[in-house]
Amino acid sequence: MLKIGNKTFQSRLLLGTGKYPSLEIQKKAVEVSEAEILTFAVRRMNIFDSSQPNFLEQLDLSKYTLLPNTAGAKTAEEAVRIAKLAKASGLCDMIKVEVIGCDKTLLPDPVETLKASEILLKEGFIVLPYTSDDVVLAKKLEELGVHAIMPGASPIGSGQGIINPLNLSFIIEQANIPVIVDAGVGSPADCALAMEMGADGVLLNTAVAGAKDPVKMARAMKLAIEAGRLGYEAGRIPKKRYASASSPTEGMLTT
Amino acid sequence: MKLRINGQQMEVQNDIQNVQDLLASFQLQDRILVVELNGEIVSKEQYSTQSIHDGDQVEIVHFVGGG
Repeated sequence: MLKIGNKTFQSRLLLGTGKYPSLEIQKKAVEVSEAEILTFAVRRMNIFDSSQPNFLEQLDLSKYTLLPNTAGAKTAEEAVRIAKLAKASGLCDMIKVEVIGCDKTLLPDPVETLKASEILLKEGFIVLPYTSDDVVLAKKLEELGVHAIMPGASPIGSGQGIINPLNLSFIIEQANIPVIVDAGVGSPADCALAMEMGADGVLLNTAVAGAKDPVKMARAMKLAIEAGRLGYEAGRIPKKRYASASSPTEGMLTT
Repeated sequence: MKLRINGQQMEVQNDIQNVQDLLASFQLQDRILVVELNGEIVSKEQYSTQSIHDGDQVEIVHFVGGG
């Protein structure tokens, strides 16, 4: 069971809702993923086309917890503004703090992320900051009181998987709050690895939305996260340099 | 009446008096959205009482797909 703030979840997969080929495929992918937390962005509405379909408005909101992000923000001030707008919908009190510091890599600005998180905690939000794999920053965010840490596996949408497993393992090891690997995941193997390392969950979007078959990939990710988590709980064997026979060495016919 | 809505300067009917009227004029009254007026969030309870004036800056935002 995943516990974030005062909420508990059966699923450890957090799913993004951007970039799906169609609304129908997206609905199926979300359903198959069994994700309970869905991320959204806050944007200006096209007020001249009120008939435009909107995914969120077609969701059974009693079944999902919304995790809006502050994507688009480059400063703490902008992130706080977006977070407050999201909360004013009355639909959510969780916020993914995302303050981008570099347009090319979309890596987060650590200073502004820290500032925004501090303000939003004081405002009573459930705060989940998206961070790089910086171990010290993760510690400082935890000390501030954030409700989960969300280190990126690799740059957003890059599909490169976990490029710094060592740092990620340090972050997981030191954390007393949930660690959710966010961004950069490309394949089910990446999810399984993150979970085997002891992550509490995985947040992904492009890896499902951009797959050839998003619905099938949603299921693959769900299964990988479950498998990885079970593997972590079961405790893997240590790696050995040489072989160790699985069959008994006694009673062999050839000796 | 001139308003700046979502960054765009536009002319709206003069009989629009409050946020509720404004949303209705765009047929947005049943949508999931949040309104910000001159930098301040307007709660749903205030829609019918929060008056709109010439030159106001309005943001009408909603949730879209994102990661």
